[in-house]
Amino acid sequence: MSDNVAIVIVSHSRDVAKGAADMVHQMVGEEVRVAYAGGTEDGGLGTDVAAIMAAIETVWTEKGVAVLVDLGGAETNSEMAIEMLPDGKGEKVQILDAPVVEGAVMAATEAAGGSSLAEVRATAEDFGS
Amino acid sequence: MTTEPSEVASGDALVTALIGAVHDTILAHRDELCDLDRAIGDADHGHNMARGFEAVAAASDEIAALPFGKALQKIGTTLVMKVGGASGPLYGSALMAAGKAGEDAPTSLVEVVARLEAAVDAVKQRGKSDVGAKTMLDVLVPVTEALKAGPADPLATARGTAAEALEATRPMVATKGRAAFLGERSAGHLDPGARSSELIIDAVCDVVEGR
Repeated sequence: MSDNVAIVIVSHSRDVAKGAADMVHQMVGEEVRVAYAGGTEDGGLGTDVAAIMAAIETVWTEKGVAVLVDLGGAETNSEMAIEMLPDGKGEKVQILDAPVVEGAVMAATEAAGGSSLAEVRATAEDFGS
Repeated sequence: MTTEPSEVASGDALVTALIGAVHDTILAHRDELCDLDRAIGDADHGHNMARGFEAVAAASDEIAALPFGKALQKIGTTLVMKVGGASGPLYGSALMAAGKAGEDAPTSLVEVVARLEAAVDAVKQRGKSDVGAKTMLDVLVPVTEALKAGPADPLATARGTAAEALEATRPMVATKGRAAFLGERSAGHLDPGARSSELIIDAVCDVVEGR
């Protein structure tokens, strides 16, 4: 498995989160691990702290994890999830200030080249600005 | 070193009563909270809060067996994990911070205010917000300030301030949360988070009054 910076996509909609993850996967293949969390526990629209934590753990790498979020609650819930990660893992997880689909694709492209989390972040956040 | 049944029961009873009262009021106002949220958000605040407090109520016995501070923290983490909207981390962080402010149940207004202040700070930090943005802080902050002044009748003050503060969110223009997308159009509606905060304050006052 790849040890590049990994990507987690968080959306209120499971379909949006999965679709964005599919796009990333198609573009960078196995080079970058990607996971997603979307929707509430009971299948509605929303974001779920436990699911976000699980997604981060799934793709966890010492090199770091970049998280892309859609609307307000997705960011708040992702911040909470990152703080609640065990063993100080949260220090190596960052929420990127970038649109969820474009940001995920840009971040994954940068990550696929072995870049650091800071470089991944810069590339995703510079896109379109 | 006393663990007299009566002593344990009194702490238990307070937490059990608080959980019961808040759970009841959230369920009773579930549709209203969704309707308020439909006007300026995504119509799920009532469902989210109900899901959270149903999980809390289901764990009521386990939570009530904890010391008061730990019980508040446990309620907070349960809300964080179960609510499924931004209100989960916001109310969750508030209760976790309030719980950390001390082990034993407050016995004075000063101790209650200390917990409220810790809760308010946590919400400000978590939401990166403050008063005037049409959020739950527009109820929580005025109530905390009013109680800090040491009123003669704290319960009446808390209720009255919460009700007035809630109504004051109506003309506000939202600058935080989903409602911020609406800009000026968010004016003219009560904030759903402010309403749920007011409901919770009212329910807590009921419990304290009934003691």
